[in-house]
Amino acid sequence: MSPGAQIRNWLDDRFGWDDLIAFLKHKTVPLHRYSYWYYLGGITLFLFSLQVVTGILLLLYYRPTPSDAFESVQYIMTQARFGWLIRSIHSWGANLMIFTAFAHMFSVAFLKSYRKPRELTWLSGMVLLFLVLGFGFSGYLLPWNTLAFFATTVGTSLVGQVPLVGHWLLIFLRGGQDVTGATLGRFFAFHVALLPGLATAFILVHLVLIQRFGMSVPPRVEPEWKAKPPEQREIRFFPNFLLRELMGWYLALGVLGSLAALKPWELGTKADPFASAPAGIKPEWYFMFMFETLKLLPAKMWFMTGESLGVIAFGIAALLWTLLPFFDHERQGRSGRWAAGVVVFALAYVVALTAYGYMVMAK
Amino acid sequence: MTPTNESPSDKEARRHFLEIFLGTGIIASLLSFLYPVIRYLIPPPQTDLGSNTVLAAKVGELSVNSGKIFRFGDKPAILILTSGDKYVAFTAVCTHLGCTVQYRPDLREIWCPCHNGKYNLQGRNISGPPPKPLAEFTVNVKGADIYVSRTAAS
Repeated sequence: MSPGAQIRNWLDDRFGWDDLIAFLKHKTVPLHRYSYWYYLGGITLFLFSLQVVTGILLLLYYRPTPSDAFESVQYIMTQARFGWLIRSIHSWGANLMIFTAFAHMFSVAFLKSYRKPRELTWLSGMVLLFLVLGFGFSGYLLPWNTLAFFATTVGTSLVGQVPLVGHWLLIFLRGGQDVTGATLGRFFAFHVALLPGLATAFILVHLVLIQRFGMSVPPRVEPEWKAKPPEQREIRFFPNFLLRELMGWYLALGVLGSLAALKPWELGTKADPFASAPAGIKPEWYFMFMFETLKLLPAKMWFMTGESLGVIAFGIAALLWTLLPFFDHERQGRSGRWAAGVVVFALAYVVALTAYGYMVMAK
Repeated sequence: MTPTNESPSDKEARRHFLEIFLGTGIIASLLSFLYPVIRYLIPPPQTDLGSNTVLAAKVGELSVNSGKIFRFGDKPAILILTSGDKYVAFTAVCTHLGCTVQYRPDLREIWCPCHNGKYNLQGRNISGPPPKPLAEFTVNVKGADIYVSRTAAS
């Protein structure tokens, strides 16, 4: 017996290796005209694993203190061999991952895959989206440059506008009254320890749920899909779907590599807490629609500030959006029409305000 | 009392008692673990030990119609020499969302670039989102030094 077969037998003897392989072989993925939307979640997962790898590499040189942070990133960008590439992949990858996560969420919302029995899959996915936004917000500060310093000042001030617990949250996030080295230390801890731990746990839950329920067939194409002969309805997960998925990953890697190589991520100037904020302070693009909304609200509304009201409204909207599967659970009929309307409105709102924000900036 | 003459309801009551006893014990010990963690997460309040007066600049350092950011305790502050040749000083922390303001010689106003908030040279919020005026400081010129002090109210 060859050594390979011996190892295989040894494993099979202990925890049923062949059963695991058989299980993989039996898993299938539905085939229809919206099938390509299934690849987005996998691409997001792939980009996340790239973030883990490049993040660990950056950790080897990065130092999370106000006196060293900027210089250590500068060292990575200019001295460490291929440091510029690693950091650019990490920064561009973060942005691409947030984009694919949003695209994945909207595709699931449009295809109504969140309906029974997949409510918990949607919920775990929403938790992951919030975690990813947390990664973005905390990671943005780590190079300790001017833009990040003031974006964090504004962002944490907004958190401070939450009624009742706002001030407490602000102190918790900043590690004090102001954005200082204490904030940098905390954001670093969130970014490299707390959030990765939580994200790993929720990714596992998300994957187990997807495994348990399989891929959903969108209600819109279900009759058409059922009319097809059984052998044309689905493809095997392993190896057919996985190989196609790998092509998606390869494409994502190509886009990422090109962006990182052709447009390395900028570093800006070192943050000085005792200097004026420069013109053109803006959040990362994925917070732009919220930033722009808050800017458009009047300073004083009703009995509170415009920001407070805006922050409360976004909180409620995020909560309702997260609970979408519990409002739209009809399997049959047209009652899901309003839900589709909500999804279209949400997407249009996010896109329109993001575009508007950049148009105002460009002026 | 022997177990044999114990009625089922007695048994149930005893079980219920034990459940409450154990449950509250577990919750209490969890709380006793959580409490120090939560206290640890909130940093102790820092008292600003910086004095109430700070040397902000030297006479002649600022030209007429210009401003300078200086450090006052652990926050930035701004000193302006107005076109009327008068020194004024305010906190430089915008009352809106905490960005650091700057003096705009072209507008003769204090400007916050984050959300286009404007204050006049009395520190009053005159345009944009800031909800409150900037706290004003007292400026004293002693010889060649310009000292800025907290006003009693600020």
